[in-house]
Amino acid sequence: MNMTTFRPDMVAKKIFAERDFDAPVELVWKAWTEREILDQGWAPRPWKAVTQSMDFREGGTWLYYMQGPEGERHYCRADYQKIVPQRSYTGLDAFCDENGKINEEFPRMTWKVDFSSTKTGAKVDVEITFASEADLNKIVEMGFKEGFSMAHNNLDELLKNKQ
Amino acid sequence: MRRDVFQAIADPTRRAILTLIALQAMTPNALAEHFDSSRQAVSKHIRILTECQLVKQEQTGREIYYHLNPKKMKEVSDWLEPFREMWENRFSRLDKVLLNLKNKK
Repeated sequence: MNMTTFRPDMVAKKIFAERDFDAPVELVWKAWTEREILDQGWAPRPWKAVTQSMDFREGGTWLYYMQGPEGERHYCRADYQKIVPQRSYTGLDAFCDENGKINEEFPRMTWKVDFSSTKTGAKVDVEITFASEADLNKIVEMGFKEGFSMAHNNLDELLKNKQ
Repeated sequence: MRRDVFQAIADPTRRAILTLIALQAMTPNALAEHFDSSRQAVSKHIRILTECQLVKQEQTGREIYYHLNPKKMKEVSDWLEPFREMWENRFSRLDKVLLNLKNKK
């Protein structure tokens, strides 16, 4: 299994994640930038991601929601800033309402995702930058995206019990 | 306090020091031998690590040994756990998605 390298840098207010994939970079790029594929893998189960609209170009927006097991929806948007096809993209994300109106109560994060070829496939480097250290703390402390990980833990428990 | 810990591990030399003493406790001299930088530079890094309790000093005979403080390290990783877990899971879902895409070709 490919290992994820995970590293915070509080001084720079960044979190880095690095991961190898056993697929060519063209395919990995598609998986991060095409809505049909993004929806399949973006949300933690039992949640699912549903794209409302996606305009993958500089200045374009991806509007989607995460739907929970009870049907609850959390809307998110990402505004694409810079795109170098097959190489990297940068976007600014936010929580918002169904019309894409940004919820200012939650911190926003800048994402930079780099793609490169490796011997066995492709490597993805995610660099998440927070506007302030308080934002970084807030995001991590709220368990990231309001209990998503909690929902995930519940599922793990459920699966364990079934075995 | 939390800030200090993260500042401490933001530096590559300090991360290297932590990795080394995670394997075994080391004296200042033994530790300095692993680095090209001056002993003063290395001891400054150690001081920062000690200040935020990632490293503990223990006197054995005439020698000082630096130990990793696993409790403090765990605090760091616990704090990040939800975030790490979210990414770890997202990446492994992506593995499956990619496998499906490859098989379709």
